[in-house]
Amino acid sequence: MTRGTLAGSLLFLLAVAAGPLLPDWVVSLATIAFANALVVLGLIVLWRVGLVSFGQALYYCVGAYMVALMARWVGLTDAFALVLLGGIGAGAVAFLVGFLIARYREIFFAMLSLALSMILYGVLVKTESLGSTDGFTVSQPTFLGYAPHQEQLGLALYWLTLGIGAVAALAIGAYFRSVAGAMAAPIRDNEIRVEFLGVSVTRLIHAKVMIAGVLGGLGGALAALTVGHVDPNMAYWTTSGSFVFVTILAGAGSVAAAFVGSLLFEVVRSFAVDLMPQLWQMTLGSVLLLTILFLPDGLGSLVTRFATREKAKAP
Amino acid sequence: MLTAFAILTDGLVYAAYLFIVAIGLTLIFGVMKILNVTHGSFYAFGAYGAATAVGIYAESGLPAAVGFLFMVGLAMAIGLVLGIVLERGLLRLVYGRDEVVVVLVTYAAFLILEDVIVLIWGPRSYGAWQPMVAAGSIDIGDLTLSNYDIILVLIAAGLAALSYWALRFTRYGRLLTAVIFDRETAAAFGVNVTMIYTATFLIGAMLGTLGGAVMAPKISVTLGIGVEVIVLAFAVVAIGGMGSVEGALIGALIVGICRAAAVHLVPQIELFVIYGVMALVLVVRPHGLFVRAQPRKI
Repeated sequence: MTRGTLAGSLLFLLAVAAGPLLPDWVVSLATIAFANALVVLGLIVLWRVGLVSFGQALYYCVGAYMVALMARWVGLTDAFALVLLGGIGAGAVAFLVGFLIARYREIFFAMLSLALSMILYGVLVKTESLGSTDGFTVSQPTFLGYAPHQEQLGLALYWLTLGIGAVAALAIGAYFRSVAGAMAAPIRDNEIRVEFLGVSVTRLIHAKVMIAGVLGGLGGALAALTVGHVDPNMAYWTTSGSFVFVTILAGAGSVAAAFVGSLLFEVVRSFAVDLMPQLWQMTLGSVLLLTILFLPDGLGSLVTRFATREKAKAP
Repeated sequence: MLTAFAILTDGLVYAAYLFIVAIGLTLIFGVMKILNVTHGSFYAFGAYGAATAVGIYAESGLPAAVGFLFMVGLAMAIGLVLGIVLERGLLRLVYGRDEVVVVLVTYAAFLILEDVIVLIWGPRSYGAWQPMVAAGSIDIGDLTLSNYDIILVLIAAGLAALSYWALRFTRYGRLLTAVIFDRETAAAFGVNVTMIYTATFLIGAMLGTLGGAVMAPKISVTLGIGVEVIVLAFAVVAIGGMGSVEGALIGALIVGICRAAAVHLVPQIELFVIYGVMALVLVVRPHGLFVRAQPRKI
């Protein structure tokens, strides 16, 4: 077990144990943050090949609406099944979208994914039966027959999110170490050479789009359960923008960075919106600019830089 | 028959609007390879500037044409200032970085400028309808057309003709074409690429604010108008082929007519017909309708 995994598991256990001790609002804030971290994790998978999706909200929204509709039409309330379905639904959408989008690179990829999420936004806004721009409420979930209320519900969702987050973090970590994951850097550097090695870049990117889609769907499903409400704004491009923001802030260096970055983002957001609502976007933009200019590999690179310096000191 | 005519006129007016907002975006992309998200802010600043100008002019009692020129002039002056600040102060620092990173830089600038708008103009919305009313309207058969819409179409046509002429028959236009074709070779032949970049960005910024200014009388100038414009303009540019002025024109016409047809025939699909058309075009022509084949670099 590497030091990173060890630190990660310790933090995970700490987060699990701290749940009951924290006030409600912290728990729900952390739940949303970790749900969003799943989406960011997906963006990191893509960012490693040099792709930025400005439409990840598409999968986020599909996951959320999948949960909401399943609860509403079928009457399914089990949180495990709902979240799973959210991930599968978004994965299926990503599978179809992938055929189109995996051929594109750079800003074409970014903007085509944006357009696709805007199509979903347009459809949802025009669908009166799903509440149009207001969206609709999601019924309270149960956990294998256990039906908690209020604080217990918040706590249960927090643990569920943490659990799914941990599984996703381990799986993505393993993926990064696999051959398919290790191909990311060469693809980013020179795709045509990778093709000459006999690897289908398009198929690899298609797989990465699907992975990111599933993660986006899981994140959206968890967010829908936590907030208890879904609306078309979940698919709007500014939602994708904030996911991209966290990705750049966290950097693609490590899996843990997604969770830390997302938590940081939610904390700063909730305080900034309270203290200076007029300047919130300006703060966001300035931080993004400073990160790009001075920390091109994100906050995660600070940790790596520190670790390598330590290693260099002790021969 | 009447519906067909209405679709055609509405489509043309909408296409004119789209072309005016898209041409600056496509110009900056073509030359600098920057997808400028700040274009939405330029549009918003233009619209707010125009609303301020209309407010001042409405009290002065000058003729409408003067008011219109004042409105456009003020908006373009704002575009000039914004363009200089952004290009010299910010973008210069990130030339040479990944295209996607530069998009994120312009996205950050867009977020900052959104709040600058609130700081300058406050959160309330403005009306700038006076020029629209002053222009009056004419009846063609059973259809009433606003003269202002006709002016809009004329402005768009004028811009298209002007850019066609400028790109082909002026010194700056030819230098620009050389830079678009191959930046490094152009630089090796002594073209001052830095100067061309700055000039292009300024022109693009002024076209963006011009778009906002001429649209201000038709809309309610309020927060968040820039957000929609940027995706819309992008869709148009992507259909035509990024960086191509002819492409932006054709893209605007396609989108304009399709949207007008949707509004008149199946209003439910109005919001996403634009992106639907875009996705459809890109399935067939992955890089848009008017785009030169790129050599593969190994």
